[in-house]
Amino acid sequence: MSRAATRKKRRLYMVVAGLLLLGTATALVLTAFQDNLVFFYSPTDVQAKKVGEDRRFRLGGLVKDGSVVKTGSEVRFTVTDMNADLPVSYSGILPDLFREGQGVVAEGKLDRSGVFIAKEVLAKHDENYMPPEVAEALKKSGQWTGAQTDAASHKAPQN
Amino acid sequence: MTLSIAELGQFSLALALCVALVQSIVPLWGAHRGDGAMMAMARPGAVALFGLVAVAFACLTYSFVVSDFSVSVVAQNSHSDKPMLYKVAGVWGNHEGSLLLWITALTFFGLAVALTGRNLPPQLRARALSVQAMITAGFLLFILLTSNPFIRLNPPPMDGKGLNPLLQDPGLAFHPPMLYLGYVGFSMAFSFAVAALIEGRVDAAWARWVRPWTLTAWTFLTLGIALGSWWAYYELGWGGWWYWDPVENASFMPWLAGTALLHSAIVVEKRDSLKSWTILLSILTFAMSLLGTFLVRSGVLTSVHAFASDPTRGMFVLILLAVSVGGALILYAFRAPTLQGGGLFTPISREGGLLLNNLLMTTAMATVLLGTLYPLIADAFALGKVSVGAPFFNAVFVPLMVPLVVVMGIGPMLAWKRGDLRGALSRLWVALAATGLTMAGSWLYVGGTIDDLLAAFGFGLAAWLLVATLVEWAERVKLFRAPAGESLRRAANLPRAAWGMTLAHTGMALVVAGVTASSAYKGELVQSQKIGEAVRIAGYDVTLTSAATVQGPNYEAQRGIFEVRKEGELIATLTPEKRLYRSPPMPTTEAAIHTTGLSDLYTVIGDPDPALPGAYVTRLYHEPLVPLLWYGALLMAAGGLVSLTDRRHRVGAPVRKRTGAATTAAVKA
Repeated sequence: MSRAATRKKRRLYMVVAGLLLLGTATALVLTAFQDNLVFFYSPTDVQAKKVGEDRRFRLGGLVKDGSVVKTGSEVRFTVTDMNADLPVSYSGILPDLFREGQGVVAEGKLDRSGVFIAKEVLAKHDENYMPPEVAEALKKSGQWTGAQTDAASHKAPQN
Repeated sequence: MTLSIAELGQFSLALALCVALVQSIVPLWGAHRGDGAMMAMARPGAVALFGLVAVAFACLTYSFVVSDFSVSVVAQNSHSDKPMLYKVAGVWGNHEGSLLLWITALTFFGLAVALTGRNLPPQLRARALSVQAMITAGFLLFILLTSNPFIRLNPPPMDGKGLNPLLQDPGLAFHPPMLYLGYVGFSMAFSFAVAALIEGRVDAAWARWVRPWTLTAWTFLTLGIALGSWWAYYELGWGGWWYWDPVENASFMPWLAGTALLHSAIVVEKRDSLKSWTILLSILTFAMSLLGTFLVRSGVLTSVHAFASDPTRGMFVLILLAVSVGGALILYAFRAPTLQGGGLFTPISREGGLLLNNLLMTTAMATVLLGTLYPLIADAFALGKVSVGAPFFNAVFVPLMVPLVVVMGIGPMLAWKRGDLRGALSRLWVALAATGLTMAGSWLYVGGTIDDLLAAFGFGLAAWLLVATLVEWAERVKLFRAPAGESLRRAANLPRAAWGMTLAHTGMALVVAGVTASSAYKGELVQSQKIGEAVRIAGYDVTLTSAATVQGPNYEAQRGIFEVRKEGELIATLTPEKRLYRSPPMPTTEAAIHTTGLSDLYTVIGDPDPALPGAYVTRLYHEPLVPLLWYGALLMAAGGLVSLTDRRHRVGAPVRKRTGAATTAAVKA
C-alpha cells in the first residue's frame, strides 16, 4: 500500500474513533441532562407555575426574618421574595453563613403539603454575597434595594 | 516613605507595559527579517519585564506587610491584627493582587525561557518571547485600566476590613500561587505553538523544547488543584473534596487539556506525528486557562466561591481571550495544512494508545465545559434558570474515565508504530488476575450485594492500573528475570521520564481507589449530641466530652472536645471548632480529623441545640480511602517533577533536521 493511502486510512481511523467518542459523549450528556438539570425558581415562580411534586429544583430568595425554628437537627424556615413565601424544611447543619434576612439557595423537592424539603442548603464563602439568581428574583418581584449590590460588590476570594 | 512605595509599584507596572509592547514587536520583526540584533533583544527584554513586574509585586507585598491602609486594596483585604502569613497571603486574596500575581508568573516563565533556553534556535526563542510579551501586555493593560492595585484612599481608614476568614488558612495561602503557576505556565506552550506556526515548522526538537514548560505547568496545576480540594475538605466542614463547582471546573478543564497535551507531545517528540493536533492542544489548553480566569473574575456563574462581579473586568478578559485564542486559531487555520504528518502507526500501538488518551481527555474536557457553561447558555436563550450539579458531571465524566484507565494500563506495554495487543495482555496476566481478585475480594468484603458491584468495579480498575503500571516498570528493570544487582542498575539507569510515568500513573490508580471508596462508602451522621453522649460510626465510639469558648488571635471559637474510642480504648481526642472572626465578622467551621492513613474520621461541631439544653448539633463523617486522593495527587506531581529532571531536557541540544519544505516555509514567514 502506498504511503498516501495509509495516511488516509489512518486519518479515517482517527475520524471514526473521534466520531464514536463524540456520539457516546453526546448520548451521555443528553441522558444526564434529562435527569440532572436543576431549574431555579423563586417562591413567586413556585406559586405561579405549580412545580410538580417530584421535580427537584433550586429555590432562592431571602430567609424571612423571625422564621427560623430549630428542633434538633431539623430546621424550618421561610424563603421569601417579598411577594410570595415558601416554607422550607431541612435536616442537617446549616452553612455558617445562613442568617435571617440574607439570601439563600436551597435544593430539594416540594412535598405534598407544599413544604419545600431541602436536601441541600448552599454554603457561600462570603457574608455579603448575594447569589445572582436571588438578586434577579428580588428584582423581578420589585423588592430590590440597591444596598444589596453595594454589599456584594467587593471582598472576594479569587482563585 | 510609605507614600512613595505604592507609586513606585504603579510606575513599575507602567514601565513594564512599555517594555512588553516593545518586546511584542521588535524580536518578532527581527526574526522575520533575520536580524540578529533585534532578535537578541528578546532575552534582556524578558529579564527586564520580569524585574519590573517583580518590583511592583514586592511593592504591593510591602504595603500589605506594613499594613499601609492608604492603599485601597490593603484597606479592603487586610487588618493590622492578622498574623504575618495572612498579611502576605492577603496580597493574592483579592482580585487586583491575584491578577498581579498572575502577571508575575507570566513574566517569570518568560524569564525562565530567556535564561535556560541556551540551545533554542534564536528565531524560535525570539518569536516565543514576543508572543509571551503580547499576552503580558494584554494583562498589564487589564490591570492598569480596570484593576489597579495601587489606588490610594484619602483619608486612609484607621484599620482594614480584614481578609475573608476562609482564606486565613495555610492550605489556601498557597493554593492560588500554585494554581496560577499552572494556569500561566501553559502560556509558554501557547507561545511556543504560535511561534512554531509563524515559523511553519513543528518537529521533534520543538516538542522537546516545549515539554519542560508543559510539565512544569502541569505539575503546579496538579498541586494547586489538590491543595484546593484538600482545603475544601477540611475547611468547609462538609466532608466533601470535590463539588463540581464552576470554579473548580475552571481549574480542572486546563488540567484535562494539559494532560492531553503532555501525552500528545510525546508522540511528536518520539515519532514526529500528531503535530497539528499537538499545536491545537497547546492553544486549547491556554484558552481553557483564560476561560477559567474569565469565569472566576467576571462573576457570570453562581458558585460557592464569591466573586467581585464587575462586568468591565469580565469583558476585558473575554476580549483578551478572543484576541489571543482567536488570533492563534486563525494562524493555525492557515498554517496547519503545511505541517506534514510524520510517522505512520496502526490503531493498536503506543501512538494509538496516546491518541485514545487524547480523545478521551478532550471529550471529558468538552463535557465539563458544556456542563459549566450550560447555565449561561440556557439563560442567554431564555430556557430558564438552571444549575448543572454534581449528578450531571458524575453521570458523564465517570463513564469516559473508565476506558481511559483501561487504556492507561495497556498503552505503555504496546510498541511504537505497531503493537501486539494479545502479547501485551498476556504480559499483563498478573494485572488481569489482580483486577479479578480485587473485584471479587472487595465485593465480598463490603457485603456482596448488588449495590456494591459498581464500587467493586471501581476498585478493580484501580488495581488494574496499579499492577499494570508496576508490571511495565518491572519489565523495564527485568525484576526477578535478572539478578537483583542488574535490576538495580537498570532501575538507576531508567530514564527519569519513565520514572515520571510510573509515579504519575500509580498516583492515578490511588486516586481512582480513593474516589470509588469515598463516593460509595462515605458514612455520615448528623445528630443533636449531649455532653457525655457517645455516638457510634464505622466502629468508632465518639463521645462529646465538653464544649467551651476559646480565644484565638483574631477570632473567638466554640471548641468541642471529642474522645474517640475503638473497642473501649481511647485512640484520639479531637477538637473541632466553630469560629467567629472579628474582622470581617464571619463564622467558619474548623473540622477535626483523625486519620489512620487509609481512612479519616471527620468531626464537626455546630450550634448548641435550642430544643435540648446541654446538647450540640454535631456532624461525624467516616471517609474511607480519602487520604489516597492526597497521596495520589502528590505522586502525580512527583512524577511531573522527576520527569522534568530527565537528562534530555538538560544536556544535548536537540538537533533540528534541515528539511527543504520547512526552510522555505520559514523563509516565507
